[in-house]
Amino acid sequence: MQSGKIKEIWKLLDSVPDPEIPVISVVELGVVRNISFTNNAYQILITPTYSGCPAVKTFIDDIKSCLKTNKIFNFDIKIIYAPAWTTDWMSVETKEKLRKYGISPPSNKVVCPQCNSSNTVLVSEFGATACKSFHKCSECLEPFEHFKCI
Amino acid sequence: MNNELLTYTLRIADNSLILGQRMSEWCSKGPTLEEDIALSNISLDLFGQANGFYSYASQLDGNKSPDDLAFLRNEREFFNQQIVELENIDFGNTIVRNFLYDSYNFLFYSSLKNSKDDTLSALASKSLKEVKYHLRHSKNWLIRLGDGTEFSKEKVQKSLESIWQYTHDMFSMDEIDNKMYRLNIGVNNSNLKVEWDRIINETLIEAKLVRPKDGYNAKGGKNGMHTEHLGFLLAEMQFLQRAYPNAKW
Repeated sequence: MQSGKIKEIWKLLDSVPDPEIPVISVVELGVVRNISFTNNAYQILITPTYSGCPAVKTFIDDIKSCLKTNKIFNFDIKIIYAPAWTTDWMSVETKEKLRKYGISPPSNKVVCPQCNSSNTVLVSEFGATACKSFHKCSECLEPFEHFKCI
Repeated sequence: MNNELLTYTLRIADNSLILGQRMSEWCSKGPTLEEDIALSNISLDLFGQANGFYSYASQLDGNKSPDDLAFLRNEREFFNQQIVELENIDFGNTIVRNFLYDSYNFLFYSSLKNSKDDTLSALASKSLKEVKYHLRHSKNWLIRLGDGTEFSKEKVQKSLESIWQYTHDMFSMDEIDNKMYRLNIGVNNSNLKVEWDRIINETLIEAKLVRPKDGYNAKGGKNGMHTEHLGFLLAEMQFLQRAYPNAKW
C-alpha cells in the first residue's frame, strides 16, 4: 500500500515545476533523490543544485504545499549533499524540453537553441541564474543561455 | 574531539561567508554588467557553501543556529583567514586576492573531499564543483589584466605585492589542523603548497607578472586574530540582527 503511495508522491512531485525554468519539474531536474516510508512518514530526500541557488528554498516550499494540497501531511523533507547534484541526471527528454524553451541544454558541445548551430561564442560563464552561462550564436547572431554542465 | 571538529568546520564556513560578503559588495558596482553578475553569482555560491558548513557546525554545537553563528559572533570569534577579509579596493585588487585564494581553495576542497567525515566530504565535493569555475574566472581575468595595458599591469602587480603577505597562512598547521589531519578528517595544508606554487607560477608567467618575494607573514586569522577590515565588514553584515534581534523577513 505504501509503495503505491510512494509512486503517487513521485507523480505529484513531477507536477511541481522548477521555479526558474517552469518547463521542467523538480523530478526532471534531478533534485528529488529518494522517497521512502519510515516512522509513519514519507521521507523525501532533496539535494540542492548549486550551493547558493535561491530557487532551492522556493521549490522545497512548493513541494510542501503540493503534498498538503493533496492531503498528504505525514512527510519529512531532508537535504542531502552526497552525491553532489549533476546535470548528468537529466534525461534526453528533459534536455529537449530545455532546448524548446530556448535554453541550450547541458552538453560539452554548446549548440544554439534557435538554429542548432554549434558555431557559438561564450560571452560570460555567469548568467541570470547560477546554473546558466551566457552565449551568442555566430550563425543567427541570437544571444542565448546555456545550462552549464556540472 | 567535537570541539576541535566544530572549530575546524567554523574556519571553513567563515572563509566562505566573509569572502561571500566581500563579493556581494560588488553587486550593482561591477565594472561591466557581465562582471556584476559574475561576482554576485560567486557571492551566492560562497554563501550557499557557508550555509552548508554552518548547518553542520550548528549540529556539532547543539545550541546555536547557523544564523546565530553568522550574525552573532564578534571579530575574535571568527576564524577565517585574513586574506578573505581584505577590502576589495578595485576590480584588479579583487581579482588578485580571489586568484590567490581560489587556487588554494580549489586544492583544499580537492583534498577535503577525501575526508573520513562524511558531512565534510560531501560538502567539499559539492563546493569543489563551484570553486573550479571561481578559479577559472579569477585566473582568466588576472591574465587579461597582467598582460593587458601598462596601467592594468602596474595595478595588479602592485596588488600582488601588497596581498602576498596574506598567502603564507593558508599553508600553516596548528594543533587543531594537525589533530584533524591525523584523524583523516582534515587537510594537511602544508602539502598543498607545492601544487599551489605551480598554479601561481604558471599563471603569473602567462600574465607577465612578477612573483613577489616572500617577506612578512601576516598570520592568525584561524585563531581569531584579524585585520582592522573585518570589524567594519561585520558591522555592516550583522547590523540588522544586532539592532533588531531575531528579525525575520
